[in-house]
Amino acid sequence: MSFLGFLDGLGGPHVRDGVIHLVVVLASVHALAAVTAIHVPHIRYLAILPEIVMLGGAVLLLGVASLSDRPVRMSVTTVGTVVISGASMGLAWWQWADVRQHGPFTTVAGAVVTDGFSALIAILASTAMLLTALVGDGYLRREGVEGPEFHVLAMVSASGAMIMGQANDLIVIFLGLEIMSIALYVLAALNPRRATSGEAALKYFVLGSFSSAIFVYGIALTYGATGGTNLAHLTSYLSTHALSSNGVLLAGMGLLLVGFGFKVAAVPFHMWTPDVYQGAPSPVTGFMAAIAKAGGFAALLRVFVSSFGTLRPDWRPIVYVIAIVTLVVGAGLAVVQRDVKRMLAYSSINHAGFVLLGLQAADARGVSAALYYVFTYSFMVIGSFAVVTLLGRSGDVGHDIAGYRALARRQPVLALAFAVLLLAQAGVPFTTGFLAKLQVVAAVVDAHSAPLGFVAMGSAAIAAFFYLRVAVLMYTPRRPRWVPPGREIVFDPIVGPQASTAAREGSGVSGQAEPEIAPGGSLDGGTAEGAVATVPRTLAELRLWSGSERTVAVVERLNADLLIDREAEAVEDGAGGRRVRVPPAAIVAIGICIAVTVVFGIVPGPLVDFTHHSTLLLLR
Amino acid sequence: MLHAASLMLLFPLVGFVILAFFGRRIGDPLAGWLGTATITASFVVACVTLAGLAHRTSASRSFTQTLFSWIPVGQLHVNVGILVDPLSMTMAMFVTGVSMVIHLYSIGYMKGDRDYPKFFVYLNLFVFAMLLLVLANNLLVAFVGWEGVGLCSYWLIAFWYERDSAASAGKKAFIYNRVGDTGFLLAIFLIFSKVHTVDYLGIFAHRHALGGPATTAAVLLLLLAATGKSAQIPLFNWLADAMEGPTPVSALIHAATMVTAGVYLLSRMNPLLALSPDATWVIAGIGGATAFVAATIACAQQDIKKVIAFSTISQIGYMVLAVGTGAYVAAIFLMVAHAFYKGLLFLGAGSIIHGLDDEQDLKRMGALRRWLPWTYGTFLVGWLAIAGIPPLSGFWSKGDVLENVWAKSTALWAVGVVTAVLTAYYMTRLFVLAFHGDPRWQHAVGDHPAHRTPHEAPWVMRAPLVILAFFAFAGGILDLPWVHHEGLASWLAPVFGSRLFSAHESTGLKVGLISIDAVAGVLGLAIAGYLWRARADRRELEPAFLQRVWFWDDFYDLVIGRPGQALARFSATVVDSRIIDGAVNGIASLVRLAGANLRRLQTGYVRNYAIGVVAGVVAIVLFVLTKT
Repeated sequence: MSFLGFLDGLGGPHVRDGVIHLVVVLASVHALAAVTAIHVPHIRYLAILPEIVMLGGAVLLLGVASLSDRPVRMSVTTVGTVVISGASMGLAWWQWADVRQHGPFTTVAGAVVTDGFSALIAILASTAMLLTALVGDGYLRREGVEGPEFHVLAMVSASGAMIMGQANDLIVIFLGLEIMSIALYVLAALNPRRATSGEAALKYFVLGSFSSAIFVYGIALTYGATGGTNLAHLTSYLSTHALSSNGVLLAGMGLLLVGFGFKVAAVPFHMWTPDVYQGAPSPVTGFMAAIAKAGGFAALLRVFVSSFGTLRPDWRPIVYVIAIVTLVVGAGLAVVQRDVKRMLAYSSINHAGFVLLGLQAADARGVSAALYYVFTYSFMVIGSFAVVTLLGRSGDVGHDIAGYRALARRQPVLALAFAVLLLAQAGVPFTTGFLAKLQVVAAVVDAHSAPLGFVAMGSAAIAAFFYLRVAVLMYTPRRPRWVPPGREIVFDPIVGPQASTAAREGSGVSGQAEPEIAPGGSLDGGTAEGAVATVPRTLAELRLWSGSERTVAVVERLNADLLIDREAEAVEDGAGGRRVRVPPAAIVAIGICIAVTVVFGIVPGPLVDFTHHSTLLLLR
Repeated sequence: MLHAASLMLLFPLVGFVILAFFGRRIGDPLAGWLGTATITASFVVACVTLAGLAHRTSASRSFTQTLFSWIPVGQLHVNVGILVDPLSMTMAMFVTGVSMVIHLYSIGYMKGDRDYPKFFVYLNLFVFAMLLLVLANNLLVAFVGWEGVGLCSYWLIAFWYERDSAASAGKKAFIYNRVGDTGFLLAIFLIFSKVHTVDYLGIFAHRHALGGPATTAAVLLLLLAATGKSAQIPLFNWLADAMEGPTPVSALIHAATMVTAGVYLLSRMNPLLALSPDATWVIAGIGGATAFVAATIACAQQDIKKVIAFSTISQIGYMVLAVGTGAYVAAIFLMVAHAFYKGLLFLGAGSIIHGLDDEQDLKRMGALRRWLPWTYGTFLVGWLAIAGIPPLSGFWSKGDVLENVWAKSTALWAVGVVTAVLTAYYMTRLFVLAFHGDPRWQHAVGDHPAHRTPHEAPWVMRAPLVILAFFAFAGGILDLPWVHHEGLASWLAPVFGSRLFSAHESTGLKVGLISIDAVAGVLGLAIAGYLWRARADRRELEPAFLQRVWFWDDFYDLVIGRPGQALARFSATVVDSRIIDGAVNGIASLVRLAGANLRRLQTGYVRNYAIGVVAGVVAIVLFVLTKT
C-alpha cells in the first residue's frame, strides 16, 4: 500500500478518504458501463449536411449580426441567406444524385434517413428559403424592420422542415416539427407595426402547442402499442404482428394524423390558418404555406404510407373524409373572402385537400403525385405572396381585393405575373398546377376512390372562381369615365336620356334597371357636364355621370358577380391607384416562381420524373 | 426526275405565303401574275414528272416519296409523303394545267376588285391543297388536302362576303361538306382500326383483313364523303348556291377540280370497291340518279351559272356512275374532258357576265354573238362538246361511260341516255338564250335597267378561252376507242389492274351504242333549238318543281333545318338559360350561402378553434375505436 502511504504523506487521511471514494465511484461507473454500454451512434455527417449548413448558417449570421458594432446591412443579410440556402440546395442536389447512384441509407442509429424523398424535401425547403430571402428583402426595407432576425428564423424553420423530411423516427419528426414551428411562431409576430401580426402569432402558438401535445400523445400511444418510435421498427413490427384492431395503436395513429393535419391545415384543424395567414407578414405567409406543408406532408406521407402501410384500411377512410371537408371548406370559404391574403389562406386549405388525395391513394403513384403537388405549389404560393407583398402598402395593409382593380393598367407585368400564378393555382393547363391536380386526381381514381376525385374537381371548379375573380378584376378598368364619341347623353324630358336604349337592352336581364332611369330623366334637363360635377349616389346618377350606360351596366353586373360592393370599393378607391416600386430581388423571386410554374407546365417531363424517382427511392 | 415531284406542292405554297404576307404591297395586277407564275411552275414540274414516269416501264410507274414523319404515335405512323403514279399524275396534270389557265383568266376578271391580292392568296392555297389531296400517299394527308380545298372553297364562295347571299352560300357549302367529311373521317377510323395503317399501298396490301361488312361500310362512308365534295345526291344542292363566288372560282373549284375529288377518292380506293359489289351498286345508283335529277333541274334554271352548275352535278353523276360500274378509266377520261369543256363554259359565262356588267339572268341576254365574237366561238365548242356531238371530247368520253354502263345494267344505261338528251337540251337552251334571239338586255324590265352595249373581254381572259376550247375540241384524242392500247386506258392500267371493268362488246354493239349517243345529243339539240330559238319566255317549260330543285332545299328545311332551329332555340332558351345557367347560378348561390354561413364558425377566438381541433380528435378516436 505504498500508494496509500504516499497519499497519507501528502495530505493526511482526509485526502486519502476522498481519493478512495473517487476511485470507488469511477470503478463502479466503469463497471456499470461495462454492463450497459452507452452506445454513441455512428453519424454520417454528409447525410445531414444540408441541415447543418442551413442551421449553422443561421447561427453564423446571427452571431455576426450580434457581434458587429453597427447594424448589419440588409443586403449583407440577404446575400448571406441566399448563399447559405443556395449551398444547402446544392448539397441536397448532390445528395439526390448520390442516392440515385448508391441508393438510400440511414444513419444516427436509423433515426435519420437519406433517400430521394428526403432530398426532394431538402431541395424544396432550401429553394423556398432562397426565394423568401429575396422576397423578404424588399419587404423588410419597406417596413423598416431591417435586421437579421427574419432570415435567421426562416432558415431555422427551413432546417426544421428538412429534418422532418429526413426523419425516420417519430421523435425526430417531432423535433423537426418543433424547430420548424417555433421559428414560424416568431416569424408570424415579426411585424411590430401590426397588431394583427402579434395576434396571429399568439393564436398560432397556442393552437400549435395544443396540436403538438396531441402529436406527442400520439407518439406515446404508438410507442405503447409497438414498443418503439423508429419508423423502420414500426414497419417491421406491424408487418409481423397482427395489430390491426389494437385500440391503443389506432388511437395513437389518429392523434398523429391530427398533429400532421394541424400543420398542413386540414379541416377541421385548419382554423388558425386564415387568421395567421392574414396576420403574418406577407412574405412569411408565403414561406409558411410552402414550408409547413412541405415538412408536414413529407412526414405524414412517410409515416402513413410507409410505416402504417398495413393499417391502410383503418386510416384511408379517415383521410377520405378529411380530404373531402378540406377541399370543400377551403374552396367554399375562399369564395366569400374580401382580403386577398385570407382568400389565399383558404385556397391553401383547398390545396392541402388535393395533396391529401395523394395520401388517400396510399400507393407509390399517390405519393409521387402528392410530392409533385407540394413541390409545385410551393413555387406558386411563394410567388403569389411575393406579389401580394409588393402590392400591400407600408404596414402590410391594403390587401382588400378592390385594390387589385385595374392593376393591369398600372403595372401590366406584375398583373400578368399574378394572373399566371393564380391561373396555375386554379389548375389551368400549361402550368404545373394543372399537372399537379391531374396527377393526384388520377392517383385517387386509380386507387378506387373515384368519388373523392369528383369532389376534388368540383372544388377546383369553385376555386377557379376566386382565382379568376382576382385575375379578371386586375384587367377590369377602374370605372368607366369616358364618354364614347357620339354617345353624349341628350336629354329628352319624356323618355329620359336618349342613349338609354342600348343600356335597357343590355341590362334587361337584371330587370330593376328600368325604374331607376326615371329619376335620372327628371333631373330638370341638366346637362351632362352638370351631372359630371356631382359625385354619383345612385345607379341612375352614375349612368348620367359616366356617359356610357352599357359599360356601367356591365361593370355593375361584374361587380355583383365578383362580390364587390361599391361602398367598400369607394373606401379603397383613394389609395388603390398608385404604382408600387418593385425591387429587383422580388423580380428575380417572382420570375423564378413563374418560370418553374410555366416551363415545367409546358415541358412536364423533368419535374414529373424527379418526383417519381424520389418516390421510388423512398426507403421502406 | 421524279424526286422533283414535291416541288409541285412547294410552288403554290410559296406563292400562298408570299401573297398572304405581301399581297397588299404587291398589289393589282402583279399579285395575279405572281399567283399565275407559281402555278405555271407547278405545271412545268408536273410535265417533267409525267415525262419521267412515262419513261419507266408500265409496271414500275409507282413511286412514293416520304417528305417527313408527321404522326409517330403508337401503332399510328403517318408520314407526309407523295405517291406518284399514273392516276395521281393524270389528276395533277389537269389540275395544274386548268388552274394555270384560270389563274390567267382571273387576272383580267378580278381586275379592280377591292380584295384582288386576297383572291390569289386563296386560289394558290387551293391549288396547294388540291395537289396535296391528289398526291398524298395516305388517307390522312389526303384528308388534310380534302379539308383544305373545302376551306378554300368556303372562302372563295363567300369572297364577296358583304353580300348576304354569298356569305350564306359559303356557309351552306361548308356545312354540306362537313357532313360528307364526317364520312371520310369515319372511313379512315374504320380502315385504321382493321388494317392498322392509313397508307394507300398498305391498305391495299392488307385489304382482305378488313372483312366483307367493314369493306362495304368503309366504301359507303367514302361514298358519303364523295357525295359531299362532288355534290351528289343527297348532298348536292350546295353547288348551285356556290355560284355566288366569282366565276373563275366556279370554273376552277366548282367545275374542273375540287368537285371531282370525290370521284378521284373512289377511284383511288378501287381495290376496296372491288371487294364490295353491293357498295358499287349503290355508287352506280347514286351516280345515275344524280345525273338525271340534276339534268332535269338544269332545264329550268334562269341563272346562266346555275344552269352550268347543275350541269356539273349531272356530269359528275356520270363519273360516279362510271366508278360504280368499275369503268374507272372512263370516269377519269370524262373527268379530264369535263374539266376542259366545263371550265371553258364557265369562263365563257364569266366573259358574258363581265361583258354585261354582272348580269346573270339568261332572260336578260340574247343575241350576244354580235358583240362577243370570241366568247361566242369558244362557247360554241364547249356547247357542242358537252352536248355530245361527235367528234368533240364530250362525245367520246360520255360514250365511253355509257358503253360500260350498258354492260352493267340496261336500266342505268337508259337513264344515262335520257340524261344525255336532257344535257343537249339544257345546254342548247342556254346557248340559244344567250347568243341568239333578241337582245333583251337593251330594254329595261321592271326594276332592271337596260344594260350598256356589252364589250368583249381583254386578251388575258380570251386566251384561256381559246386554250380550253382547243382541248375541249380535241380532248377526245386522249382515249379514242380504237387507240385503247396506248391511250388513257393502258396508261392508267397499272393503277386499276384487273379490277378495271371491261365490257367485252362486239364491234356492232359498240357502233350501235355510239350511234344512239350521237342521236341523243342531236335530238336534245334539235328540241331545244326548236322550242327556244324564237321565244325566251316559256313558263310552261320551267315548272316550279324543277326551278326549286325538286323542292330539295324545302325538304331539308322542313326535316332538318326547322327541327334543328327549334332544338337550338330550346337549348338556348330552356336548356342553357334555365337548366345550365340555373344550375351554375344555383350552385354559385349555394356555395356563397354555405361560405357565408360557414364563416360564422371562424369566430376569431382561439378557444373556438381549439374546440374544432378537439372535435376532430374526438371524431377520429371514436371512429378508430369502432374498428377495435
